[in-house]
Amino acid sequence: MSKETDILEEHINSDYKYGFETKIETESAPKGLDENTIRFISAKKNEPEWMLEWRLAAFAQWKTMTEPNWQNVDFPKIDYQDIIYYAAPKKKPKLNNLDEVDPELLKTFEKLGISLEEQKRLTGVAVDAVVDSVSITTTFKEKLGELGIIFCSMSDALQEHPELVRKYLGKVVPTNDNYFAALNSAVFSDGSFCYIPKGVRCPMELSTYFRINTAGTGQFERTLIIADESSYVSYLEGCTAPMRDENQLHAAVVELIAMDNAEIKYSTVQNWYPGDKNGKGGIYNFVTKRGICDGVNSKISWTQVETGSAVTWKYPSCILKGDNSIGEFYSVAVTNNYQQADTGTKMIHIGKNTKSRIVSKGISAGHSQNSYRGQVKVMKRAHNARNYSQCDSLLMGDLCGAHTFPYIEADNPTAVIEHEATTSKIGEDQLFYCTQRGIDPEAAVALIVNGYAKEVLKQLPMEFAVEAQKLLAISLEGSVG
Amino acid sequence: MSTIDKLNLKSTLLEQFKTFENTLNGKSQKPIHKIRQQAIQSFDGLGFPTTKHEEWKYTNLGKVLKEAYAFGQTSPLQKADIEQFFLPNMPKANNIVFVNGVYQPALSQIVSSEDVLVVKNLEEAYDTHTALVEPHFAQLANSEEEALIALNTAFVQDGVFIHVPANKVVEEPTVLYFINDARNENVGVQPRSLIVIEKGAQATFVDKTDTIGGQASFSNAVMEVVVEPNARMTHYKVQNDQPNASYVGTTQVKQASDSYYANTTISLNGGVIRNNLNIALDGSNVESNMFGLYMLTGNTHVDNHSVADHLKPHSLSNELYKGVLDGKSTGVFNGKIFVRQDAQKTNAYQQNRNILLSDNSSINTKPQLEIWADDVKCSHGATTGNLDEEALFYLRSRGIATNEARALLIHAFGNEIVDKIELEPLRIYLENLVMERLEVQF
Repeated sequence: MSKETDILEEHINSDYKYGFETKIETESAPKGLDENTIRFISAKKNEPEWMLEWRLAAFAQWKTMTEPNWQNVDFPKIDYQDIIYYAAPKKKPKLNNLDEVDPELLKTFEKLGISLEEQKRLTGVAVDAVVDSVSITTTFKEKLGELGIIFCSMSDALQEHPELVRKYLGKVVPTNDNYFAALNSAVFSDGSFCYIPKGVRCPMELSTYFRINTAGTGQFERTLIIADESSYVSYLEGCTAPMRDENQLHAAVVELIAMDNAEIKYSTVQNWYPGDKNGKGGIYNFVTKRGICDGVNSKISWTQVETGSAVTWKYPSCILKGDNSIGEFYSVAVTNNYQQADTGTKMIHIGKNTKSRIVSKGISAGHSQNSYRGQVKVMKRAHNARNYSQCDSLLMGDLCGAHTFPYIEADNPTAVIEHEATTSKIGEDQLFYCTQRGIDPEAAVALIVNGYAKEVLKQLPMEFAVEAQKLLAISLEGSVG
Repeated sequence: MSTIDKLNLKSTLLEQFKTFENTLNGKSQKPIHKIRQQAIQSFDGLGFPTTKHEEWKYTNLGKVLKEAYAFGQTSPLQKADIEQFFLPNMPKANNIVFVNGVYQPALSQIVSSEDVLVVKNLEEAYDTHTALVEPHFAQLANSEEEALIALNTAFVQDGVFIHVPANKVVEEPTVLYFINDARNENVGVQPRSLIVIEKGAQATFVDKTDTIGGQASFSNAVMEVVVEPNARMTHYKVQNDQPNASYVGTTQVKQASDSYYANTTISLNGGVIRNNLNIALDGSNVESNMFGLYMLTGNTHVDNHSVADHLKPHSLSNELYKGVLDGKSTGVFNGKIFVRQDAQKTNAYQQNRNILLSDNSSINTKPQLEIWADDVKCSHGATTGNLDEEALFYLRSRGIATNEARALLIHAFGNEIVDKIELEPLRIYLENLVMERLEVQF
């Protein structure tokens, strides 16, 4: 028992490994939010007039909305006037190869284990590295360009493909969708834009690493991915942020559009600063992610590994509009210390023969609260809809909580919906089995947790699976009390 | 008292409370009246729940409350009028009769001896059995958060107090008949009961609500149940009322260590029905069972909300609700399991299974787990679907017609709940009702 306690202590005391700060000069907007801030952002980015109007309209809507309070999380009130809404590295270098990239930045990525050179040379991953809102470099852009794939930052997309952005932006997540989506629509600084043309199968995993760098900067990312007919894309999003004392707000919006026979696979590893062991600091992660299976036989698959952030509030959702479309959601959410997570998904079945699958694995330790909140809705015309949901929770220690709030709404008699959930702690017999074979308790817990989360982890692309497993191990080794 | 104004039920009820207060004369200084006054204040503050209220998201009381209801009406009903609602083949049963929400000792019949079963008017019992009533009455059912509990508590007067003394076993079932007289006008009723099963005692209860006459009725019933250490209570609820009879009922149960409580709710007919079954497992080694079957047609809406609140370690709760929905009926299920930090070694299970038979029926289900203890085993499951095609094919390949095969499968589905009823005459009665329903449907 004492050994286990030691391990628990050790884990709880373990520091955030990615808590370093890159020293790059930044140019920021003054603190606070009003129309001028939005004009400043829009002007800085040299945006077309319609974009500014769109932002201002969103801002007007945001002012009429109130912060939601139904979620199962608790945090001090956010002062929206005390946030810097725009921070960009001072000179935005136009780079053609990695040698031109700021060496400080390259070191940052190396510490994170995603050396661009290595990736470029060995793995074939194109990385659109976003440091504090502005895209620094995009690798493999040319190679993708040959196939007609557009993969660039949102600001570049606004310059080079404004017609595409205008057509699809806000189609899945309207500006008035919710409080944080409206805020994001008004002030989003950058993000990724991706368009896969008809019949193209994207030959590599597209990836963006987000970093939040300047103290007191809220990062408002906007991602838009469009998969045209019969195309395929796998997109990776990974996040690590340096250690900060004050809470930082992150309110991103991600929109996915899958046309006829298209497939989008979206994977996230979220490892932002969760606050220290007393619950001080950490990121507020209030994200709206939604995809629409617009065409027939289309498919959207969300995979997420959530280990960071002080407060997480996000529900990657699928609107299954096209007949025979498929939505998937695979999630591992780990909370420790005073972290709070309220996450899950929504599957809205509209088309005929639509299918959805939800696998959610929650792990709570320390004083954390981990909630799954999901909705499965079968509309009246969604004949033969099929859903399977499984949400398991694992508790470590008697001070944490695990909660499940599934909403199941069926309006069609041909719908078949199954939901199951379990909550338990790590089996003592499993631990005993491992330890009596000479595996120390720490490794045994890592083994069991990895096995527990395997169903989700195996959905991740290779490059990510490694990092995700590492994160799980860091987050939970030996957290058994 | 007067018929309620259609437009403003709430303010009319508040007015009615003042009139009610004036009729009390000297009794208004009693402690029970302090409770009433607090309750009416809560009701005033809360108002009737709307669908914006998370707990009422899927049940719209608005349509029910739009009707005018006469609350507190007396009724000339005689024994001959109400006997038609009595359960068959139960000659030796304690019948406790309410008419329009008011306990009627004259129409009731207690066959068990006085030392085994005490049945009294609730307000009188507040004076005569203070030690048993005061700690529980309006303490279990929360007036501060639930508007309808508050409303019931505010007008509490002629409810019933039922008491089974320590180590006594009530052999005969006790049936509470809630009869509403809607022959002349729409009627609103608010029956109230408190059941205290003392340690080591055992009893079986059935409650059944029925409406006479063609007008609409609205029941707002509250029942508080205390199951003391080592006691056992089995509780059945039968809902087979008229299509315009709406019902909101809260059963608030508190269980002490080593006690057993089982609730089986069978809903077949009615208007808008909302059942709140809240069990506090306030002891260790407690067992709680919650079973339910709703087989609905027409426009019936049944909403089963349940809470199993595990406060202490080593307890078990088990829940299974099944629904068959036809016509334009709608079903709602919300099961909550709370496991508090102290409640280690808890086992809690929850299942909700639904079959939708028609295009216009729908089901909204929300099984919910909230857990703050780590050494627990909790699971829940919910399914919605149609009849199993393969099972249908199997039966048809053996020469059974489609409609019969469907009836057979639904019967088997529902029987899992009906079979759990230990009280034989009730089980046979309900089996017949289910069979009748299936014959009509198929």
